[in-house]
Amino acid sequence: MMNDSLGVLEGDSEVHLTVNGELVSERVPVRRNLADFLRLDLGLTGTHVGCEHGVCGACTVRLDGKIIRGCLILAIQANGKRVDTIEGLSDDGHLEDLQAAFHARNSLQCGFCTPGILLTAAELIETQPDADREQIRTYLSGNYCRCTGYHAIVDAIESVLRSNQEKSQT
Amino acid sequence: MTTHSRDRWVLDRPNSYIGRSVPRPNAKRLLEGRGNFVDDIVLPRMLHVVFVRSPYAHAQILSIDTTAAQTYRGVIAVVTGAQLAERHKPWVGVLKHLQGIVSPPQYAIAVEKACWQGEAVVAILAKTRAEGEDAAEAVKIQWQELPIVADAQTALDPDTPVIHDSLENNLCWERNFAAGDVDQAFETAAVVVEETFDIGRHTGVTVEPRSIVADYQPGENKLTVYQSTQAPHMMQNVFAKHLGLDEGDVRVVTKDVGGSFGIKVHVYADEFATVALSRMFQRPIKFIADRLESFVTDIHARDHLVKARMAVSKGGTIQALDFDDLTGIGPYSMYPRTSGIEANQIVNLTGGAYQIENYRATTKVVFQNKNVMCQYRAVGHPVACMIAEGLIDEAARQLRMDPVEIRRLNLYPDDGYPCKSVTGMAFENLSHHQSLDKLLDMMDYDSLRQEQADLQKRGVYRGIGLATFIEVTNPSPMFYGVGGAAISAQDGCTLRLDAKGNVFCATGVTEQGQGTETIIAQIVATSVGVAMEKVRVITGDTEVTPYGGGTWASRGCGIAGEAAGQAGRVLRDNILDVASVILQTEVDALDIQNGNVVDSVDGNVLTTLDEVARVAYYRPDTFPEDFQSELVVTRHYVPRDYPFAFTNGIQASYLEVDIETGLIRLLKHWCVEDCGTVINPQLVDEQIRGGIVQGLGAALFEHCIYDTEGQLQNGTMADYLVPMAAELPDIDCAHVVSMTGSSELGAKGAGEAGTAGAPAAVMNALNDALTPFNARVTAVPLTPQKVLEALGIL
Repeated sequence: MMNDSLGVLEGDSEVHLTVNGELVSERVPVRRNLADFLRLDLGLTGTHVGCEHGVCGACTVRLDGKIIRGCLILAIQANGKRVDTIEGLSDDGHLEDLQAAFHARNSLQCGFCTPGILLTAAELIETQPDADREQIRTYLSGNYCRCTGYHAIVDAIESVLRSNQEKSQT
Repeated sequence: MTTHSRDRWVLDRPNSYIGRSVPRPNAKRLLEGRGNFVDDIVLPRMLHVVFVRSPYAHAQILSIDTTAAQTYRGVIAVVTGAQLAERHKPWVGVLKHLQGIVSPPQYAIAVEKACWQGEAVVAILAKTRAEGEDAAEAVKIQWQELPIVADAQTALDPDTPVIHDSLENNLCWERNFAAGDVDQAFETAAVVVEETFDIGRHTGVTVEPRSIVADYQPGENKLTVYQSTQAPHMMQNVFAKHLGLDEGDVRVVTKDVGGSFGIKVHVYADEFATVALSRMFQRPIKFIADRLESFVTDIHARDHLVKARMAVSKGGTIQALDFDDLTGIGPYSMYPRTSGIEANQIVNLTGGAYQIENYRATTKVVFQNKNVMCQYRAVGHPVACMIAEGLIDEAARQLRMDPVEIRRLNLYPDDGYPCKSVTGMAFENLSHHQSLDKLLDMMDYDSLRQEQADLQKRGVYRGIGLATFIEVTNPSPMFYGVGGAAISAQDGCTLRLDAKGNVFCATGVTEQGQGTETIIAQIVATSVGVAMEKVRVITGDTEVTPYGGGTWASRGCGIAGEAAGQAGRVLRDNILDVASVILQTEVDALDIQNGNVVDSVDGNVLTTLDEVARVAYYRPDTFPEDFQSELVVTRHYVPRDYPFAFTNGIQASYLEVDIETGLIRLLKHWCVEDCGTVINPQLVDEQIRGGIVQGLGAALFEHCIYDTEGQLQNGTMADYLVPMAAELPDIDCAHVVSMTGSSELGAKGAGEAGTAGAPAAVMNALNDALTPFNARVTAVPLTPQKVLEALGIL
């Protein structure tokens, strides 16, 4: 007997999308969320699953350039779109400054939340180049870190923002 | 002393990394999303286990019908508690040194009845987690609800049902301690302050949930367990013992751990079930708790109700401290550390910063039908700290003394060590007064008081709260070993020089992100005399690393670090023995600096480590016949002089309370702590900050709220509030250094300090802000509702 009675999303579907610049075509269960798809089908284990209800931010990835929660959308909803994960954004050097600042300032401990935090921080740097500490804290308030207490994360992001400002002035 | 003295390892060697904020080498791959957490592991033929959990806090299992579930797509097997019980021995969470502690046997899956909401009742093995979850809904269980013991306060009443038939009542353990003449002190005291402290249940919320992959293969009768744990060797012992395997056939591997904080140092029934199922089905099985499971199965912590009083003289001297503590720990004492340790710590530690002669404390640890409770970061410390710091502040208020002044009067003097507290805690060398002075200076206390007074005139209510603390670190076997637990207090370090001059270092402690591997590498690089890049640290594999205790009670640096330092010194000596043969020089004329063998007097480079290694490994034929190089060394260390290396410190909180809404805004937090030798200042500061924020969570937000039916009301991340970036202030840290003389390194721990003092500091700051209204709140979390109730608005 197959399970049809519980009303769960049944069946598989084809998805075609671009992940970290590579074209991907996979057949996935329609109920599989994007974070699970990245991890289970593509082996992109840098995207972490912390709560599966959209609160912790560990599964943050980019969908068509904007950060989203990988656990709150289905893989099939990403059909035809572009997804960028920590792996791709590390390989192409996009996060280089932030990663260096996080490393120097020890803005991570266990590293489980870190990919999500880096993606959020990168978006802040692009959209609010003049952010102060208060604004950095507000922007980060959808990403949960249990280890650091956030102070070092704010320091690292602030240092990248200030360094970018100095670069743009000269 | 020569630079490579054999009797004392020198901290300030020429290429010393001690005291340097070196970045963590292993952090880079985490920053690139290349960590290796347990959920990232996929093994051939691996199944996923999904647990059907009890919806009731207390209910008899009348029948379980798994026939429908077994037909679901992807399902391989459905296993009940009774079936699994035949495959393992149950455990009992008691220790001999907690005299009189009792707990019933606990099985991996509930057999006859479930004793808390969330206890596993049936296991489903499926090809994917999702398929297992589909089938879980099809398991039909007939329940008979049983009376629920939810409230710890009535758990011991004669008319309260007893949860476990094998026990006489719901008492797990009690301890009564008294010293001096407490009654007389209270009779003659100028001021007696009384307070009830209610410390709510909260939990660790590691962002990586509890995770385990068990892989039993029958060919060699070998069990390999990949586990997100703090104590691989302890787990190895437990799996072997309760599955009837030889310990040598069990290997526990711990790679990256996504936060632990004491959550991942216990034996969880569902994790053990995963291992037992792997043996039963002879294939790899993965269990990753989902967040809803975490909230009802990860250990909860605290949940103490304390009625306390303090007798104080007219001049502000503490004359006596007296309290009764009650804590509810769920239906089982956790294994193997027990759920009695936190209560024991509270009796041992409360008021331990102050010279108190008359002291009486009782604690009762009771069973109830709620999730299990056990040791979480800073075990007992925040409760002990709230009791003493809350009472001393209230005494100061009644005496119209400044909180600083009353502390100065009662703290142990910095020149009075070694000494023992009234409960027998031995203090080697603490620095309460120096720490206090440094804190006041750092926060500019007088200006802050002025600002507070000025703002109060304008109707802005700010408060300053202080919290002095002592912290248990570097535990000897007094913590667990003497009680009969197979938990190592000693730790070891094995160093191996490879053929290219690299030093491979295997240590029994584990990395949870706090920087263990980095500080061990710093110590080894310093003591051997090589660049840190040449040191490769291996942790978390019982088949490879020396036997050790793992990471808990702030023991990594002070214990494993000392073993690493000593091993490094011996490896250096052994390398120099080889070099002296090659160079035909006296060994005392040589040293190792920056990877070179140098003249110990003028520092001139004589040869390199890789040349020494080359000759030792490839051309030992050139050595005299009676010479054999030994380029692998192991050293172990356990603290012997003191049961614990106490540290101390003080925190301060500055906050503003909105008296119309009850909302609290944290403005700033400071901490001065003394962990002895600081290996890596940045890593210590980040331990302090992270710990403080966990304490701030307890102070303001975190609470596992249960109803009278034993149902958790806020078991999602959306409902259980944790501190996020926007709610938090910047945190300033500073250090005083009082090295322990028990080791050559002189390091104590720093992992508990932040969590120990933060709730008391915030509570005192809030009550300072509320002083004009004669209002007080002594129940954490300090919610707006409680503030408004104290103000008489609600």
